[in-house]
Amino acid sequence: MWDEHVPRKNNSQMITKKTFPIKGIHCASCVYTTEKALKNTPGVKDAVVNLATTKATVTYDSDDCTPEQLADSIAKTGYALELKEKNEEIQEQEKKKELKILKTKVIASLFIGALIFWGSFPGLMNTSPPFLRNFFLQLLLATPIQFWAGLDFYKATIPALRNRTANMDTLVALGTTVAYVYSAFVTFLPKVVMNLGIDHMPYFDVAVIVIGLILLGRYFEAKAKIGTSTAIKKLMGLAPKTARVLRESKDLPAGRQEIDIPIDQVQINDVIRVRPGEKIPVDGIIIEGDSSIDESMVTGESIPADKTKGDTVIGATINKTGTFTYKATKVGQDTMLAQIIKLVQEAQGSKAPIQRLADIVSSYFVPIVIMLAFLTFGVWYIFGPSPAFLFALLNTVAVLIIACPCAMGLATPTAIMVGTGKGAEHGILIKDAESLEIAHKINTVVFDKTGTLTQGKPKVTDFEYMNDVEKLTKLNKDYILSLATSLEKGSEHSLSEAIVSYGNTESKKYNVKNFNAVAGHGIKGTVDERKVVVGTKKFMEQEKVMRCAELDKSADKLTSEGKTLAYIGVDGKNVALAGIQDTLKDTAVEGVKALQKLGIEVVMITGDNKRTAEAIGRKVGIKRILAEVLPDQKEAEVRKIQTEGKKVAMVGDGINDAPALAAADIGIAMGTGTDVAIEAADITLVNKDLRTVASAIDLSKKTMRTIRMNLVWAFGYNIILIPVAMGALYPSFKILLSPIFASVAMATSSISVVANSLLLKRYKI
Amino acid sequence: MSADKILVALLSLAGMAFTYWFFLMKKDEVVMVSDAVDIIVEGGYSPSAISIPIGKTTKISFLRKDPSSCLEEVVLSEFKIRRYLPLNKKVTIEVTPKKEGTFPFSCGMNMFHGKIIVK
Repeated sequence: MWDEHVPRKNNSQMITKKTFPIKGIHCASCVYTTEKALKNTPGVKDAVVNLATTKATVTYDSDDCTPEQLADSIAKTGYALELKEKNEEIQEQEKKKELKILKTKVIASLFIGALIFWGSFPGLMNTSPPFLRNFFLQLLLATPIQFWAGLDFYKATIPALRNRTANMDTLVALGTTVAYVYSAFVTFLPKVVMNLGIDHMPYFDVAVIVIGLILLGRYFEAKAKIGTSTAIKKLMGLAPKTARVLRESKDLPAGRQEIDIPIDQVQINDVIRVRPGEKIPVDGIIIEGDSSIDESMVTGESIPADKTKGDTVIGATINKTGTFTYKATKVGQDTMLAQIIKLVQEAQGSKAPIQRLADIVSSYFVPIVIMLAFLTFGVWYIFGPSPAFLFALLNTVAVLIIACPCAMGLATPTAIMVGTGKGAEHGILIKDAESLEIAHKINTVVFDKTGTLTQGKPKVTDFEYMNDVEKLTKLNKDYILSLATSLEKGSEHSLSEAIVSYGNTESKKYNVKNFNAVAGHGIKGTVDERKVVVGTKKFMEQEKVMRCAELDKSADKLTSEGKTLAYIGVDGKNVALAGIQDTLKDTAVEGVKALQKLGIEVVMITGDNKRTAEAIGRKVGIKRILAEVLPDQKEAEVRKIQTEGKKVAMVGDGINDAPALAAADIGIAMGTGTDVAIEAADITLVNKDLRTVASAIDLSKKTMRTIRMNLVWAFGYNIILIPVAMGALYPSFKILLSPIFASVAMATSSISVVANSLLLKRYKI
Repeated sequence: MSADKILVALLSLAGMAFTYWFFLMKKDEVVMVSDAVDIIVEGGYSPSAISIPIGKTTKISFLRKDPSSCLEEVVLSEFKIRRYLPLNKKVTIEVTPKKEGTFPFSCGMNMFHGKIIVK
């Protein structure tokens, strides 16, 4: 967030110029106050505060003044000077710098390596200019590469050895140093080598080209690794920078003014205005206006959502059509986007159980390779053909260079990073790597019915009257409906709500007297001086309501369709019948089908009676139904399925069914509004699209497949190529691995692991 | 077998034994931490083993002095933390362990290791 200019000595002063963000400034007076405070701080030469960027650029003598003192001065004025630079920004800057330096080193080492190779490779050296064949010139060319381009290997090796640890750099430093020191020895003391019966050829090309190729591999690896964390950066980049807040102002005729403030200054209950095409700054509830909102970037839901007064809006989503004002309900780290980022970061910091073997191997790997290098040298020197010393030397270098612990270290985390990031982009939030690993084994998915498979809001699907009702009872249909809705208004039961919302807006509202609700049966009362009863068949019998033959017939039909019935009686006669059903979500059928296509058994769990549950099951394509299960029994039902040897995922809303979600091997909470941090859930699906359940399981399968491929590659590579470098193929096939080829293989190995993980990005959800 | 071969054989064996002793028989010195600890990241972690109390928030500050990209990230998988360590800038991580045990931490590539002992 802040730029540091290189400090320069000026009349024995250390003048430094730095830029710091200031929190809380929003007017010219704030600028004046903060500037004055900064200028009055001892050691400060100049200070300029910019209102538009809300940043202060301060020039100060770093011998007399520290950033902490500047922060203290600002704090006294009631504002805050931010000293902390965002970790992600530093990372990006450092990565860019690292890549630039690497590029220069790669070009220099490969160019010089090629020149030395031309002047020293048998068969090729005859075509080179004579000066390139001069060993001293080769030494002169190789030395800066060894100690400048290869400096990082030494820088990492020396402190590591001090800690009695070793890594990849140790191996490269050892391998190239052996080649370089031997070559320098040959250059200065050729006679000593010749007296030992060894051809006095140096191997500067090996040292230089190996460094060049390994750095080239590291360059590509660093570039590819940036790609593994793009999802999280993309999510972070979604957050808008400012919000247009309506603030009270006595000076204005309207009583309030619109001001743009930085996003981190938005407070709960602030009223924010959003215009078409703008990003919604934080989470909140619409208080005025309506619009269509594109939420795809946060929830993965591709169709824009229509929102009106009272609806929740999510920060960082895009307002498409209308202008509206809303009240902020969640700000800062509590917003949905911030929670998503936190969840993804946590998942990427977790470790998958599959990684355990790689962990154990990598902790012994480098020392074992060094031991194998000693063994190689000894065996080749003692048993190898002539010139045994050169064979021993080159094979030892090849062993040190070809070993690639990086590939093992990168195999799992890179795939986890890409997999969880890919999920987050589509509203699939995976709690940790372990959940991802278990999810790929799921073979049974249990859906909670109400609110998960269905909308959770029962609706009247059928409303039938007795034949010739107007003629026989002298009551018209609208009047009957008005009587029923007037009575139902007094009840909070979800079935009553369904009847009330079915009654059209023109339904008359009558006063209700003697209202009485009988739990589990129905309600009764006097409406417009008539005795009205709404409820079950049994309730009608209790209230001595005369049955109607044709409505009874309809009742059978509706029950067989899985609908709940509400009989309506007026003045002792059953005059109408309502069929009520909780409607399925649009994506329910496709969601279930997608799971079945993956070979997963789908189960529905519900408190409904068997007949109703089965009817819904038929509609949605689920055969195994667990009906009449009370909420506190759901957990036991999940455990019962697990005893059949099944790996169970339970899908629910994460609130009412938290125990069942926790009991399942994988708990999937879905469509949870803006609250995504659900403890009981291993996977949270931000949107309400049931197809994402299958996508989440499929994504876990694909990620695990990538991890397995990576591990097989990383282990296989080392298990096969280290013995080859040691010369295992020499006795039978006379095949040896040149150190240069070893460095090509090594560089390719870790890049292929990262590249394979990046292929996951192509997976379509 | 000639003298030089015997010498090389002995040196190879000695080299292998030394490598084993030097790298694999290293004993970690455990540092007791009550509130906060600074870990220097340079060719590994120093201290590489810390003991922290259960249920209490401990601040662990990592200061990377080593330019090796191997050490640029630290992973405390038990606490679900993967953090980038900028060169020569202290990064403080707060952990509140909920259970006893030994929890390893490592660099992003899993080559350098340390451990947190929760008591």
